[in-house]
Amino acid sequence: MPGLGQGLRVFVAEQIIPTLSTGKNMHKLLTDSPGKEIFLLGNEAIARGAVEAGIAIATCYPGTPSSEIPDTFFAMYKEGGFYFEYSTNEKVALEVAAGAAISGVRSICTMKHVGMNVAADSLMTLAYLGVSAGMVIVNADDPSLFSSQNEQDNRYYARLSGLPMLEPTTAQEMKDMTVAAFGLSEQLKLPVILRTTTRLNHLRGVVRFGTIQPIKSKGFFKKDPFHYVAIPAVSRNLHKILVEKNDQALELSENSEYNQIIGKGKWGIVTNGVSMNYVQDAIGDLGIGDKVTILRLGFSYPMPKRKIGKFLTGVEKALVVEELEPVMENDIRSTAQSKGIGIPIDGKGDGLFPRLYEFDPGLVRKTIGSYFKVPDTSPKAVDVTGIPDLPGRPPNLCAGCPHRAMYYAIKKVYGPDAIYPSDIGCYTLGLLPPLSMADIVICMGASVGSSCGIAKATDQKVVSFIGDSTFFHAGIPALINAVHNNHRFTLAILDNGTTAMTGHQPNPGVDTAPMGVDTKQISIESVVRGCGVEHVQVVNPLQVKKSTEAAQASKEFDGISVIISQELCPLFARVVKKAKKIRPFYVNQDKCKQHRDCIDLLACPAMYIADGKAMIDEKLCIGCTVCAQVCPENAILPLKIED
Amino acid sequence: METKRIVFVGVGGQGNLLATRLLGEACLSAGIPAVVSEIHGMAQRGGIVESALVMGAMSPIVSKGEADILIGFEPSETLRALNKCNKNTVVITNIRPLPPFTVTIGQGVYPDIDKALDLIKNNVGSLIVLDGNELAEKAGNPLSLNMVMLGALVGSKNIALDEDTLKETIGKSTKQDFLESNLKAFDLGVAASRVG
Repeated sequence: MPGLGQGLRVFVAEQIIPTLSTGKNMHKLLTDSPGKEIFLLGNEAIARGAVEAGIAIATCYPGTPSSEIPDTFFAMYKEGGFYFEYSTNEKVALEVAAGAAISGVRSICTMKHVGMNVAADSLMTLAYLGVSAGMVIVNADDPSLFSSQNEQDNRYYARLSGLPMLEPTTAQEMKDMTVAAFGLSEQLKLPVILRTTTRLNHLRGVVRFGTIQPIKSKGFFKKDPFHYVAIPAVSRNLHKILVEKNDQALELSENSEYNQIIGKGKWGIVTNGVSMNYVQDAIGDLGIGDKVTILRLGFSYPMPKRKIGKFLTGVEKALVVEELEPVMENDIRSTAQSKGIGIPIDGKGDGLFPRLYEFDPGLVRKTIGSYFKVPDTSPKAVDVTGIPDLPGRPPNLCAGCPHRAMYYAIKKVYGPDAIYPSDIGCYTLGLLPPLSMADIVICMGASVGSSCGIAKATDQKVVSFIGDSTFFHAGIPALINAVHNNHRFTLAILDNGTTAMTGHQPNPGVDTAPMGVDTKQISIESVVRGCGVEHVQVVNPLQVKKSTEAAQASKEFDGISVIISQELCPLFARVVKKAKKIRPFYVNQDKCKQHRDCIDLLACPAMYIADGKAMIDEKLCIGCTVCAQVCPENAILPLKIED
Repeated sequence: METKRIVFVGVGGQGNLLATRLLGEACLSAGIPAVVSEIHGMAQRGGIVESALVMGAMSPIVSKGEADILIGFEPSETLRALNKCNKNTVVITNIRPLPPFTVTIGQGVYPDIDKALDLIKNNVGSLIVLDGNELAEKAGNPLSLNMVMLGALVGSKNIALDEDTLKETIGKSTKQDFLESNLKAFDLGVAASRVG
């Protein structure tokens, strides 16, 4: 019976979870073979850079587009002889890495852009304290919001915290700048931010290996409370030290090989990061190489003012090519003003670059062409006005996903008018009809906090949803708040035993033994009870009657109630548990009376309609039995298969 | 060298990311400068997966109208990506439909394949069609659709990579159990693009 569906299942299962490298051959990124060229994902290149820099400690909270960096660390750390952890959240990850670097060992900490908001409280004062061994913070921005709730521009964090920032352009630089960032960090005794964007994290290119530096894995915390204890009297002095370090950083930026003036033409272009690639290609395509001077800012904070001045005096006008906010543009204008340079400096604006979304080579070519009045050479795209409207293909909860089952039970009891705050994870996909089970999503953990306010401000029923990893990450303080301040709503913790959306990383609630590591598993139920919640129910969402009864009991309770919906993500289960024989189901057409509850209420992707009949794709069905329990005619039955 | 911009589109699980990566690795071994872009995150939830490989340039992505070659693993997705094409683009597409779930719940209509292919054919440089799933099954492994499509790309003679280089790369990156079926799928793809 192999078909595409079956294929999908196997394919997905094989590459789905972070996997320890324990094979006969050493992990490909651990070999000390300087000069070797290898085709790497940008995120793998960063991990290799960290290995070359001899890191002792790596921490993270996973998040697209950064997740493959920690997953690569996870694969390598036992063989590589360094320490690695998936931390509870980005703030903790940053603090772990900071403690290590202050104690004299090199550390790296990775997160997505919004994770930096979580870590920001620590970040701001860590900049005052500084570090004694190199510390690099990898920050992955997400222009165009491929997998994020916003597209904030984290170059502002360098400016806010006073920490130096490096921005690579190629896979090679992802590796090289990671190594360089450690040197820079030790020169300045400051953490250094390596800022990437989705297109860099997820590009692949050739990377030439350098040598691997030995790991200094044991440090020593030298007591110095009047430097490390950030009370006002100490911090007043530390702030002064940070400003002095910024002056030193500026000098290093002026002389950095990553800040280059390229060319001798009268047309100026300033650029950074992935945009540098688009600029180079555009100049080649437009044939204006001899007319252009590029100022490329790879060491982008502090901005090298002398170099900018030198660049500006050599050109007639300057176009700033940067995604998102006009960060460089504003700094360059301010430098020009302070040096009395009056040439036009442009970037964002009508007919120029947008502040929204990522750039692409065509946009950059066209804008450079029109700014410098060069004929556009771009090919004309096919006119697509005649194409029929195509059906959408949004990502969907998988066949057999336990989240769908819990959504069904809650919706059945609470109805469509209850308010369903949700959170960050696979279950956010419950937003889509026909489930329509997300009414507000802000950020990690906000489901619980916002529920307090909605329940307080309205007479509407509130049921909020949070995943296991997100609960540990940021849900606990809000739940304590809900209990302490007598809020009235139901919280459903959708515990699928893994951090599914970002690639099945562990979290504190996960049994990691099948993944080959021995972290301690923390019971969500104990935590919830420890937070003071008295109405706690633990259900298996695949048992529809029981989970519906649990929802009913919660609805009737006046106060804060928690339902812990416990069932492993089937994709994850297939990898970590011994595969059980899957028994797919089918629709007995003699019994089916076309209620279509299975399709209209569950929307499982294994179901489809053919010739007006509800059918199940046996290659996609994983035999979760939920549709069989929902069918009012008991028309959905297990297929008889040979064992 | 001449710039060649190749776009791959498919549905989560069809393996177009692996195909793109293998093509990139083959470029490295053949000394062709290449850069690849991928979209991760939603790939495992049945969404659209787009990747690109650009030879001879720095930018890892391909703008509207700028694909020299479009490889579609699913016909409606090939049609959706037509805005990546221009009048000279070579389009290679699998014709086996994989209707999205939105069709089942009545939120959209799956396009008529023949009309879709006509639309594509009339607007681009050339169109190569194949039933990639049938060929993958014939090769003994339904997962090898990506190898079929890679074979079709190489067989179409639109890139400066030969069959042997690709097969060597496939050999290095494939588990032993799947090697034979992968290579067979690749060969069937090569043959299909020549006939097509």
